[in-house]
Amino acid sequence: MTDTVISAKDLSLTFQTNDGPVHALKDVSLDIQKGDFISFIGPSGCGKTTFLRCMADLEHPTGGSISVNGVSAQEARKSRAYGYVFQHAGLYPWRTIGGNIRLPLEIMGYDKADQDERVNRVLELVELDGFEKKFPWQLSGGMQQRASIARALAFDADILLMDEPFGALDEIVRDHLNEQLLKLWDRTNKTIGFVTHSIPEAVYLSTKIVVMSPRPGRISDVIESTLPKERPLDIRDTPEFLEIAHRVRDGLRAGHAYDD
Amino acid sequence: MRKSLIPILTVVAAIFVIWYGAAVALNMAWAKDQATRAGTNPSFTELVANTWSQKKPKLPAPHQVAAEIWKTTGEMVINGRGFSKRSLIYHSWITLSATGIGFLLGAGFGILLAIGIVYNRVMDMSVMPWVIASQTIPILAVAPMIIVVLNAIGISGLLPKAMISMYLSFFPVVVGMVKGLRSPGAMQLDQMKTWSATKGQQFWRLRLPSSMPYLFASLKVAMAASLVGAIVGELPTGAVAGLGARLLAGSYYGQTIQIWSALIMAAALAAVLVALIGLIQRIVLKRMGMA
Repeated sequence: MTDTVISAKDLSLTFQTNDGPVHALKDVSLDIQKGDFISFIGPSGCGKTTFLRCMADLEHPTGGSISVNGVSAQEARKSRAYGYVFQHAGLYPWRTIGGNIRLPLEIMGYDKADQDERVNRVLELVELDGFEKKFPWQLSGGMQQRASIARALAFDADILLMDEPFGALDEIVRDHLNEQLLKLWDRTNKTIGFVTHSIPEAVYLSTKIVVMSPRPGRISDVIESTLPKERPLDIRDTPEFLEIAHRVRDGLRAGHAYDD
Repeated sequence: MRKSLIPILTVVAAIFVIWYGAAVALNMAWAKDQATRAGTNPSFTELVANTWSQKKPKLPAPHQVAAEIWKTTGEMVINGRGFSKRSLIYHSWITLSATGIGFLLGAGFGILLAIGIVYNRVMDMSVMPWVIASQTIPILAVAPMIIVVLNAIGISGLLPKAMISMYLSFFPVVVGMVKGLRSPGAMQLDQMKTWSATKGQQFWRLRLPSSMPYLFASLKVAMAASLVGAIVGELPTGAVAGLGARLLAGSYYGQTIQIWSALIMAAALAAVLVALIGLIQRIVLKRMGMA
């Protein structure tokens, strides 16, 4: 028996635009268990990012309900229940890497010694030890994104929400970061929600893949991964991996209206 | 440094050539007139020499202005009268103090208005049109009224001039700071929200640091405007001290050399003040790791 960390029930979100209402999400129901690594995959406009933002209380659903850690998304946000990683690292150029990681800790009122200890720990976790005093522009894009992950890990949140964090990076860096992310997930035991465009990335990382489709945004398939927890990069060439990837592709194709 | 020296010197040389040329063209009529009245027939070189050395030329030559400036600054300092009422240093100081106070008031007022506009919806909707309207009124029309009104309630001297400086200098700061405080993107604001940061934390840690480059750009404009304000404030009031008063006195008595030396002094003052802000900007942004 595992605990449900995030639970969405008949979640809907309609944006009112000048061209009429846009159904970003319609009747989305999903339970995320503690320790899960859930990927959300689907074409643009399928509402995967919107769904993640609802969990983070950055968007407000117009129907249905969502609970995070057993309370409303807003309460969860106020109690700092999650770390959020955006597509762009969004590091402050006027702060060093250490200063950037310290930023949420300062905001949350951790004491100075604790801050130092945490900065060191998470820098080590993302293999950026020694870069504390560097400024963001002195780091590559991949390193900046690692720093932003470190920033989301620095405070005590059991949930990590990631919105296409590696979308702007090249394939090689991406592979490396995927591998690191899995190790990190294993070591920290967090629950991770991960939005992506990439089928291999979703299959490689996840325990559960949520396939979504657009107009209106909805869940078209939920695929439980049968891959072991220990995943070397070359697991992507195994028949088992390809089989899951195939199912994801089928799910995407079924959900997508190609007739228009 | 050496690379920029040659272009700068070229431009300066060009300015001098044009200036001397214009002095010849503008002052020639008077030189010829003088010669005719005296019944002499000077050569062209003599005429040109005359156009560069008249007592009340239409356009004084650079060396005449330089001599006047030296006479009213360096020479007076050597004679120990650096701060006498006839010294340009004294007049510059009077204008500078009004400029400085006006600039500080204007920058402070501008920043406060910008914060109000960014954080308060009512101010956002209502203040900006008034700010813009305030700048469409010619300062020359407003300046005497400000001075008269303030005089009526017993405020005179430095403060009225500083108020006019402030009136001109708050505007670029408001515009720049509103833009600067709004420069953080939706993503950065969302990020602050995910940490459930307070408005104060959002301001001090995100909005204010983001606005620094905008602040310094607008402070430079504000500083120049502030100096203009202080000089304009000295013009219509019959002020006896300050660069504006020097300009006015010069124009009363046709002392063009005095006018030009006050003008050059004002320009130099503005250049130094703006450069000073540039220096502070470099230091601040460097310390912030942004330059």
